Amino acid sequence: MSYVTKSPWIIHYDGSSCNGCDIEVLACLTPMYDAERFGIINTGNPKHADIFLVTGSVNEQNISVVKQIYEQMPEPKIVVAVGICATSGGIFRECYNVKGGVDTVIPVDVYVPGCAARPEAIIDGIVKGLDVLAEKHANMPKSSVSASDAAEEKVKDEDMAIEVRYYGKTAEELDEDIADERVSDAQSVKYYSSSDKDADDSGDKNNGKEEV
Amino acid sequence: MEFDFTATAALSALAYLVIGPFVGGLLAGVDRKITAKMQGRYGPPILQPFYDVRKLLEKEAVTVNKGQDFYVMSCLIFMIITGVLFFAGENLLLVIFTLTTATIFLVIAAYSSNSPYAQIGAERELLQIMSYEPMVLLMAVGLYMVNHSFYVKDIIHSEAFSLFPLGGIFVGYLFILTVKFRKSPFDLSMSHHAHQELVKGVTTEFSGRTLAALEVSHWYENVFLLGFLFLFFANGTWYMAVVGVVACLLAYFVEILIDNAYARMKWQFTLKSAWFMTITFGGVNLMLLYFFKMFGIL
Repeated sequence: MSYVTKSPWIIHYDGSSCNGCDIEVLACLTPMYDAERFGIINTGNPKHADIFLVTGSVNEQNISVVKQIYEQMPEPKIVVAVGICATSGGIFRECYNVKGGVDTVIPVDVYVPGCAARPEAIIDGIVKGLDVLAEKHANMPKSSVSASDAAEEKVKDEDMAIEVRYYGKTAEELDEDIADERVSDAQSVKYYSSSDKDADDSGDKNNGKEEV
Repeated sequence: MEFDFTATAALSALAYLVIGPFVGGLLAGVDRKITAKMQGRYGPPILQPFYDVRKLLEKEAVTVNKGQDFYVMSCLIFMIITGVLFFAGENLLLVIFTLTTATIFLVIAAYSSNSPYAQIGAERELLQIMSYEPMVLLMAVGLYMVNHSFYVKDIIHSEAFSLFPLGGIFVGYLFILTVKFRKSPFDLSMSHHAHQELVKGVTTEFSGRTLAALEVSHWYENVFLLGFLFLFFANGTWYMAVVGVVACLLAYFVEILIDNAYARMKWQFTLKSAWFMTITFGGVNLMLLYFFKMFGIL
């Protein structure tokens, strides 16, 4: 039996939530629901966490934050999207700054819909996620050292892919090509007169206004 | 220094080595349960700390640098050596400085990560060491003055009942025990409770196996610290040994109560109050002891 299911530690991140779901997440820790009786701890540290709890939709500003927290968590890990905004973007879906649900950025394992999601539903979602966590643990490479090796192998494979893409040209030739491109870019900038530049800038501004 | 390793000493050291972490883990589990009850919650199972460590061992090993693991393992090993020396009845001063070495390895491990949270945690840990270390040293001096030996085995079997002549030092030790157990209001560098301004302080950059090692070293440390408390009650008789164990458990309960009753204080308060207690209770106690000895009362 795997012990990952007996001590799920959580990191909670508020994407662009209205705070409704956040309050419900914290309500899970209160004496009324007492999530700690399942060994659930709200760690606040991605390196200690097994479960990534995201509330609210992901917006353009925090895409990198969500990705970074996810990447800092050691395997096995799962993502639980809490609330309708985290699952699909909710009523903010059409907003100009909203990317969408959490699954547009990182893989999500459990969706807990609701506005706001009730504490019972959140605890239920986490407990459902434990099965996924156990499955992920079972599929993990046997020793943790080999896990990092596997990651290195993956990086090497990606390097290989790049080499295949430029097959037929050596690294030096590629460097020369890139240098040539840079020179031509630099030259092309010189073609602009100052008046052209101004015209371009104002055009950009107009475009921006229209978009807003 | 002679290492007189008798069968009893070897046995008790071995007992600490094997049973120590189980007792420490169980104490941590009881701590969490009692804390939950104090807050009106049901709380996790008593064995939850063991589940946590088993899980951490199953997690992927992610380290910031290779040195970090070495430092944390050194912390664990020196913590074990501290307790083994103590329970084998060796020199109290040696035990105290080995304990400091273990803690310093933790500080270095935290510093090595280059994470701002861990580094501020490490700095606070250093301040904590500065707060409690004078009291620990005074305690060794006090126990020497009463029992005429720095050796734990002599103190344990000594006829002198240390608690009465060292009452002030006992109170001072109870005070710094809050710092050592990482309990509020002195859990500056790292707390077991979630959501704090330093993420997880010194342990922020540790995960998986490294964090498990640190947790186990914490269990070892707690058992050793309670053993230290036991020295005040030991006078070679079995009934005082029972009283000593009960007093240790009672002290642990009081620490849990303090943990739940107080919010975290600033490091200035920690340092000032710990030194105040050291000077007023520890220092005055030693002074009185000296005068009593001079006039032949004790």
